[in-house]
This record gives sequence, structure tokens and C-alpha cells, in this order.
Amino acid sequence: MKMKKVLGLTLAAALALSLAACGGNNNPPANNNPSSAGGTSSGTNTPDPAPTTGGELITVGVINNDPNESGYRTANDAAMRATFTEANGYKATFYNNNDAAQQIATAQQMVQDEVDFLLLSPASTTGWDTVLKDAQAAGTQVILFDRMLEADESMYAAAVVSDMPAEGKTAVDWLAAQGLSEYNIIHIQGHMGSDAQLGRTGALDEKVAAEANWNYVAQQTADWDEATARTIVQSVIDSKKPFNVIYAENNGMARGAVAALDAAGITHGKDGDVIVMGFDSDKWAFEAVLEGSWNYMGLCNPLQADTVDGIIKDLMAGKAPAQKIIYTPEQGFDCDTLTQADVDTYGT
Amino acid sequence: MTTPVKNPETQVKRPDESLFKRLTRQQLFIPVAALVLLVLFNLIADPSFFAVSMKENSLGNPVLSGNMISVLDNASELVILAIGMTLVTASSGGQDISVGATMTIAGSVILRMVCGGQVTADTMQMNLFLAVFIGIVVTAFFGAFNGALVAYFNIQPMVATLIMYTAGRSIAAWINNNQLPIINDVAFKYAGTFLPGIPVPTPIFITILMIVIFWLVLKFTNLGLYTQSVGINPNSSRLNGINPKLVKLLTYVILGVCVAVAGYIRISRSGSINYSRNAENIEMDAILAVALGGNALSGGKFNIYGSILGAYVIQFLTTTLYKYEVPSTALPAYKAVVVILLVVLSAPVVREKLASIKKAPAKAVKEVA
Amino acid sequence: MQEGAVLEMRGICKYFPGVRALQDVDFTLREGEIHALMGENGAGKSTLIKVLTGVYPKDGGEVHIKGVEGAAVIRSPQDAQNAGISTVYQEITLCPNLTVAENMYIGRTKGSVTNWKAMNTGAGKILESLGIPASPKQQLGSCSIAVQQMVAIARAVDMECKVLILDEPTSSLDEQEVIKLFGLMRDLRSKGVGIIFVTHFLEQVYEVCDRITVLRDGQLVGEYVIEDLPRVQLVSKMLGKELDDMADIKGESGGTAIDQEGAPVLEAQGLCSSAGIKPFDFSIRKGEVNGFTGLLGSGRSECVRAIFGADHVTSGSVKMDGKSVKIKKPLDAMKCGIGYLPEDRKGDGIVGDLSVRENIILAYQVMKGFFHPISRAQAEAFADNYIQLLEIKTASSDTPIKSLSGGNQQKCILARWLLTDPKYLILDEPTRGIDIGTKIEIQKLVLRLAEKGTSVTFISSEIDEMLRTCSRLLVMRDRKLVGQLSGEDLTQTKIMATIAGGDEE
Repeated sequence: MKMKKVLGLTLAAALALSLAACGGNNNPPANNNPSSAGGTSSGTNTPDPAPTTGGELITVGVINNDPNESGYRTANDAAMRATFTEANGYKATFYNNNDAAQQIATAQQMVQDEVDFLLLSPASTTGWDTVLKDAQAAGTQVILFDRMLEADESMYAAAVVSDMPAEGKTAVDWLAAQGLSEYNIIHIQGHMGSDAQLGRTGALDEKVAAEANWNYVAQQTADWDEATARTIVQSVIDSKKPFNVIYAENNGMARGAVAALDAAGITHGKDGDVIVMGFDSDKWAFEAVLEGSWNYMGLCNPLQADTVDGIIKDLMAGKAPAQKIIYTPEQGFDCDTLTQADVDTYGT
Repeated sequence: MTTPVKNPETQVKRPDESLFKRLTRQQLFIPVAALVLLVLFNLIADPSFFAVSMKENSLGNPVLSGNMISVLDNASELVILAIGMTLVTASSGGQDISVGATMTIAGSVILRMVCGGQVTADTMQMNLFLAVFIGIVVTAFFGAFNGALVAYFNIQPMVATLIMYTAGRSIAAWINNNQLPIINDVAFKYAGTFLPGIPVPTPIFITILMIVIFWLVLKFTNLGLYTQSVGINPNSSRLNGINPKLVKLLTYVILGVCVAVAGYIRISRSGSINYSRNAENIEMDAILAVALGGNALSGGKFNIYGSILGAYVIQFLTTTLYKYEVPSTALPAYKAVVVILLVVLSAPVVREKLASIKKAPAKAVKEVA
Repeated sequence: MQEGAVLEMRGICKYFPGVRALQDVDFTLREGEIHALMGENGAGKSTLIKVLTGVYPKDGGEVHIKGVEGAAVIRSPQDAQNAGISTVYQEITLCPNLTVAENMYIGRTKGSVTNWKAMNTGAGKILESLGIPASPKQQLGSCSIAVQQMVAIARAVDMECKVLILDEPTSSLDEQEVIKLFGLMRDLRSKGVGIIFVTHFLEQVYEVCDRITVLRDGQLVGEYVIEDLPRVQLVSKMLGKELDDMADIKGESGGTAIDQEGAPVLEAQGLCSSAGIKPFDFSIRKGEVNGFTGLLGSGRSECVRAIFGADHVTSGSVKMDGKSVKIKKPLDAMKCGIGYLPEDRKGDGIVGDLSVRENIILAYQVMKGFFHPISRAQAEAFADNYIQLLEIKTASSDTPIKSLSGGNQQKCILARWLLTDPKYLILDEPTRGIDIGTKIEIQKLVLRLAEKGTSVTFISSEIDEMLRTCSRLLVMRDRKLVGQLSGEDLTQTKIMATIAGGDEE
């Protein structure tokens, strides 16, 4: 009997723990992790009852992807939560999910609850027509951030996004400027079909097709995963094929690739045998470039929150944004030109 | 009592059995055959696959490098999981599908400890062994949670562990406040890479250590007998003084410990973690390793070495596929084909058939003679 | 067909590989009667029912049903149902998550559209007419077992059955529920339904039945009107011993070595377990061989399971050698020096996939403890020793026990307990289903053990065997200890009278 009691308690504790972990989240899917990092609101998909004065606060519904997807997404999500706070004049509801269907359902709910603004980072580019129409009818203004969707410009108030093809082009141009006699590239791709993968792959594919001395040693997707990237590079090393460029479509995968290089004693970065390129904005990656361990990082700025904040304040004041689509300021950094000041400014 | 009577029937031998038939009846036939096939394929396709060379890694250590080293190195987590999964399978006749998620929890806990709550730490904030020990305690607890659901609440293992499968990665993220912590201390990565001055990847040593520990445990305790007895017939086991529920719980706790060790190796390879991707789908490979090892997934008798061999076969296959540049998205499909083949081959029905096919021509030859 | 009969089975034969399960069996069921089908295990009761309901094809004979021209053709349970034969099994085979009405109509609605209203009113009418306390819209799972049983009957009745088969319907019911069920059965009888009642509770047979058909070893013993067959006669017919010519075979040496001094090896008072037996007292002395007897299901196995701690013990006290001990689980009993060979060899005894060696050392190993495994060499020595001693026929000690014959499996289990060197050994049906040679070996072994001072409790369905080995018998009837026989009283006549109870005078 005693045993049973102890067991019961243990189970209850474990259950409580798992509930706490899913805290304030009504939707069970695993990759759905609203965080409390830097934010005050809980991640429920129905707005919390207004705690204090109504009317003065701007209500916003924020729909984003899973913050655990990558360092980029973590930073992006944290920034949104830090910006849309009551102190800043907002009453915000956050929802995170990588599943577009769930996102759409929640967006619909938010429109019905008549939020003033719907901030949207869609997991897929299609399927949003009804939500956008309903929003228009309900007088909810939609602002896209980070990711685009397929719709007429008139359907949303503004979009603050990264220009992925431009990111890819900047990176490839930088690589071409290195003037290697031969480019033997290990290309580690992100999640196939995602906005970032398409943009970053496109530029490189074009160049490799055009230039005779640009070759792929390997071109595989690691699905944004560090461990898979490491395995891919390790496999190329083991097969003894010569290569001198690693073009990884995010920093995590570049890091995995570097781990494989380190293990095999292949030098990389400034003055090394292999050029290492990554993307996004992680501070540790900036530092790797600064140290000369990596050569290049294409900045993909996750911090759109301030820009979105500005647009909302303008719209409330009756000012329409100058352009519908606003690209976040982005650039490539290499180990020769990066400064500590840049790291402090852009690192997340 | 009467004097012992020699019984003529006590020693019945089957001399007419062909070597092939006896071979196919061996439990380890399938994994060994698969391994031989893979080795042959690589030998024929490109013998350089087996080349091992000495290199110097970025820290100036001499290290071994080559596909075979990669196989042994990368299989480590899987081998350790397969050991625990074998015990769980044997005792409860089901599998724990939450190991990938709980590995992530273990990694998250250890990282939180060594980073001391910071996002990036350049030196460890806590004794590494203590941190790993805490990781082990945490996953052993989650193992106990799964085990209790299975043993005391009679929930099917796959359903019971579905809870942690679903919630585990969220819990892992929650442990670190949704940050993705990074530890840059070289010493932290010893376990996942190389110890200074030693050319063999550390995970290989850890795996050997785990195998030796389990060999000793199975030798010096009754874990094997109890687990099999409970898995085969819990009623009989109970009437012979075994507590079947406790034995089931114990195997899940042991798996929890294995999970922590595997989780530690995984994160120490890079010093960081990605909650949604870390050790994704590894539970399927672990279950597969158990099946490949010739163990019945419905529980009962087990052979832990079969599972270990099975795990190496899976990694061998993965590395081979990578070598021939099978796109990593297509990898699961290729694996599936091989798996279907192996599993079908290991089915008793097919093995019986195989044995009889091999026997028939031998008979024909006799008749001709 | 006979006048007033609803069912006639003539010369039914059924063979299984190596066994004649039914041989030329006749059975007649009349309109408006409750007819008990009696016999010990393996007598052929369930085979006869299964032939009748189309589960097994018959190998010979004819079945006639009232209203059906010529011999009825029953090839499947569906055919049986169409012919008006309904069966309610021991285990409820309805769906607990559906409502009462749904359960009554499941699989019987015509077309794809269900008229819920008609279904509910229809079900309500039947339930009311039979006096079953359940509402049509109630979930079946929320009803008591007895009511569920009655709903199953109501379903059968509504299918306008002429023949209702009740297979052990009362085994999971309490007394009040049994009374209700009997009320319903009498009610149906008055409506002209013929009921076949399969049970092993003697009291119940005499309470509710009109006629009895007794089977033994697949053969018909006879059909009797209840008033003409006293209980003792019934028992003797079931067991196959004519009262007149029963010679009293006293055991060759049973009980000569009983140590009458000192405290009993084991003494239990008011022992009661969750398996549903009435509290009983029990004691056994050093070197004594005693036994529990009674018909199948009378609770004899449950008694020894309670002693061994195999079932959850709810009350009572146990003393070993005069000292009070607590036996809550089998391991406690084993530590006190008790061994237990269970009745269900396959389900509770052997660990099928393990080797003969592992099976033999299991109990001894568990007693030594988790951290003290005995070496392989020692285990082999133990196993080989007992393989020779008990002449276990096996290829080697490495052979999986499941590939051995029943008798040899049983010897392995015996070896398992002998290895623990028990003070007190409980053998529940050690000789069931094994060949005659091994049976005798086991009986001899029991007597030899007793001579050496081991106490043994022996349970067997065969009274001969019990008489040969036991010096004292405890008689069980309907889950209650009803008597103890020893010395002069140890005769077949007396035993059967005690088993039968009621009208033994």
C-alpha cells in the first residue's frame, strides 16, 4: 500500500511538471512551445481577460513559429515578446506553432476576438485567404513579419520581412570575390521548401551552373539540424573528396560542419583550407567570424519587432507606411571586416 | 530416493541438420548476415571505405579518421539506447517511444547545469560529473514515470510513453527557458569528440564501458532471468516470488539511465542543443536495433548483444548511404527498404522456408548420386 | 420428434485429433423446462454446446429443432441463432460502452438506418416484461454484472429463441443476483422457453432445474428427472463411481510418518482471500499428506492459493511451527519453506520460452536473491541432477520447457520446488493431463517426501488418487469448507456424500 502511495505522488509530481512545461498552452502538439522569455503574456490562443484599463491598450495577436526551431527563431520570438508588452501600450496574445493549419485556426479565433492588429509569421505561404478577408471585414489590420505569404498586397497593411534571395546573392557574390581557382563546395541545405532555403539555395545553384570551376562536392539537406550537418561533412571527409567551401544555410548547421572539420584536423576560417559560411544572427556565430574560425555570415535579422512596433504606432496615428513591403536591413559580414561593434549591434 | 537412472532419451542430437539450417536458427543470424552483406557491398563498390588514417585534429591531437571510425563513433548513442530498449522490450513486451525526447531533456538539464543558466558559457559552471549525474537522475525519474504507468497502471508501453514523447521536448525547452544554451569549454566536448592525446573518439570508449557494465550486471545479478521470466509469464514469475511490476519499473529506470548517457554524448559532440531536432526519430532506430538483433518485440527472451549488433548495422547502413550521397531526405526511404527486407528475413516463417530451400537441392544431389 | 420437445440431439459424435470428445450422445430438451447439463471438466459439456451452436462442425448424429423440417443444418452461430438457439456465455460478450438498447439490437437492424425511437421503446417493453431493472438508454457498463447478464438473456429472448443456453451464468454473481437470475429463468420457463443450464454449482441445480443430463468422458451417462436423482447419485454419476461396488482402497502408506507431537507445520485460522472463498481453518503436521477435494470450482484451488499468498489475503492468521507469520505474497511463503505447484501448468507454472534449466532453478534462484545469481555450472548441476532423478525426458537442460510434454513439464515444476527443499509442498492437480505412468511416479514421490518429513497438500480431481495418498481430506462445496474426513471416514461413499451435501442422510 505504501508503495502505491509513493508511486501516486511521484506520478502526480511528474504530471504537474509536464503540465508546467506546457504552461498556459491549450494546444498539445509537441513543437508548440510558447515561452515566457522576455514576455509577460501567456501563450494561450484565446486572449486573457484585460487586467486593467481597457481602451487605451492596443490589442495584438502574434502568430509565430516554434521558438525552438533555431537560434534565429528564438531571438525573433523573444524580441516580439519583449516589444509587445503592456508597458509599451499593448495587450498581446502570442501563439507559436510550426503547423500552418493550427496557425490559421488560431488566427481566425483572434480575428473573431477583434484584435486591433494581427501579426503573422506564416508557417506556409498559402491557405490564408479566408483569414485575411475576415480580418479585413472585422477591421483587423494584418502585418506580416519575417515570412511572406501569397496574397495581394491590399490584403495586409505591411510586411516586414527578410529578403532571402538577396541574402543568398550577397553571400554568393562574396564567395566569388574570394577569387579561388576552384570552388569545391559542400552545400548543406535547410528545410526543403522553406523561404530561407529557397532563397539561399537559388543564388548558389545559379552560380554553380554558370561557372565551370564551381562544383558541388555534396549538396544535401540537414533540415536545419546541427548533428545531421556534422554527419554529412564527416561522410565527405571519410570519402576523401577534396573540398574547400562549406556553404551552410544556417549557423547551427555551419557549427555542426565545423565540428566535423575540427575532428579531422582540417583547418578552416581565415587562413584555413576551408571557407565556412553560415547565415542568421546568432551572437556566437558572430564571435566565430570575429575570431576568424569562420569566414562569412549572412545576417538575417530576426529583430523585426521594433519596425513592426513603429508601423503600428504610425497606423494608429493615421499614417500609412511608405512601402508595403519593408525589408529588414541585412548584410554579409566576413572575418576581415567584422568589428566588435557590429557583433554588439546585430548579435542576438 | 532411487539411484539416478540414465535416461537414453536425455541426449537427443540432430546429426542430420545442415550447417545452414543450424546457422539460420541462430538468433544472431540476421544482424551478422546484414553486417556481412554491408561489408561485402562496400568492399566491392569501393574498398577505400575501410581505410583508416591518422590525422591531427584542430587541437593538435592525433586522431583516427575513416568511415569505420565514423560508424563506431556515431553508433554510440544508438547502441546505448538499444541496450536499455532491449530490457524494456523484454520485460514489458512494448517499447519506449519517448527516448529521443527524454534524451533532449537529459541534454537540456546537463547544459543548464554546466552553463549555470547563461546562454553562452566559456567555462563550465559546475563539475561535469555532477551535472551528468543530475541528468541521469532526471531521466531515471522520467523512466520511472513511464515504468509506473506501464507496470502499475497497465497502460500499453507505447501509449504510456506517448506522454513523454509529446511533452518531452517542451519540458526540455522549459528547463532552459527556451534559450538554446551553448558551452564553449573544450573539456565539455571531450565526451563527444576526443580526449587529449587519445586518437579514438571518446563515445566509442563510453559505449564499450556501458557494454561492459551491462555485461557485469547481467552476470552478477539476476536481471536477465527476472526480466525474461516476467516478459514471458508474469503469473508464473509472481508465483515464484518475483515482483513483476517492480521488475518492469526497474527496466524503465535502467533505460532512463541509458538515455541520460546517450543524451550527454549527443550534446557533448557540439556543446549545444536544438530541442525540436535533437535526437529526432532515434527511438525508431533503437526499436529497430532491438528487432534486428533477433529479439521479439513482444517481449520475453532477449539477447542484448544482438541489439548492440543491430545498432551498429543501422549506423553502418546510414554511413554507407551517406557515402554514396543518398540525399538525407531520401535516407529514411532507403532505410525502410532495407529494414523491411531484414525484418521479413528474420521472421520465423521465412527462416523456416529459407532453411528448407537450402535443404532441397542437397537432397536432389543425393538422389542423383 | 418426441411430443413437447423443442430440441433433440441424436447420436452426436465429435472427434478431435487423438480424442473422442463426444461419442454417440443424445440430448433432449422439452418446452418450458430448465435442463441442467452436468459433468466434470472434459466430460464434453462445452463441446456439446459448441456443436449445437455451430461453433464446431459435428462428425456424426442429427439435430432436430421444433418447427424445422428434417435434420437442422447448423454450420455457424448465425445458423443457430436463426434456428432459435441463443447462447449467453459466462463472460459477458456485449459492449459495455453502448446503451442497453443498442446492445439488444446490435447486429440485428435491417438496412443502414436505425430507428432509435423504435429500438428504445422495443427494448423497454422487453426489459419491463422480464422485470429487468435497467433502462434502455442506460450505458451497459454502468449496470451490475447480474443486470448485464440479464440484458444478454433479454437480447436472446427478443430474438424469439426456443432454446436458451446459459453457460455458467452464475459464476460471477453474488447470492442476491443469483436469486434474481433464477427468477428470470423461471419466468422464461413459464413462457415455454427451453433452457439449457450449464453449471458446476450443485445447490443451484437442485434449486432451479427440472431435469439433469450427465455426461462423462464424452459419453452420455443418462437423463434424469431431478426428483429421481439424489445428490450423492449425481456426484457418483459425474465421477463415474457406482456407490455399490466402490471398494475402499486405502493408500499404501499415506500418513504413517505423521509427527503428532509439537505444533503443526502450518496452521491457518479464518483464512480468506479476494478470490471469493468463505473463511476456512487449516492445519498440517510434519510428514502429513492431506488434500482438498470437491467438484471443480468448489474453491479448493482458491484455498491453497490463499495459503501460499498467491491471491490477495483479506483476513485470517497463519502460524508456521507455532510461530505467527505474515504471508502476503508468494515470496513470503517461499521464505517460510512453502512450495506451490499451481493448477494451471501453462498459465501459472512454466515459463515457456526459458530453458528446462532456468525453469528448474527459478524458485531457488529467487529465494537466493537478485544479487546472488547461481553460477551456470551450479545451475547445470542442479538441473541435470533433477532431470535424472525425476527422469525428465528432454534433449538437454538447454531445451525450452515449452517443447516438452505435459508430464515432463510438470516434473520440471516439481523439480523447481524440490530444489528449494520445502518444509511444506502444495501440489494442485499435479497429475492432470499427464500420462498414467507419470501419474503414479508423482504419487509415489509424494509419499516418499512425506516419509522424509515433508508435509504435502495434494489436490486432485481423481478421488482414487487422493485416497491413495492422503491421510486426511478437506471437502469443499460451493466455495466453502464443509467437512474433514480421516481414518475410517476416508471412503469414496463418505467423500461423495460430503461433496454432494444437502441430502446425504
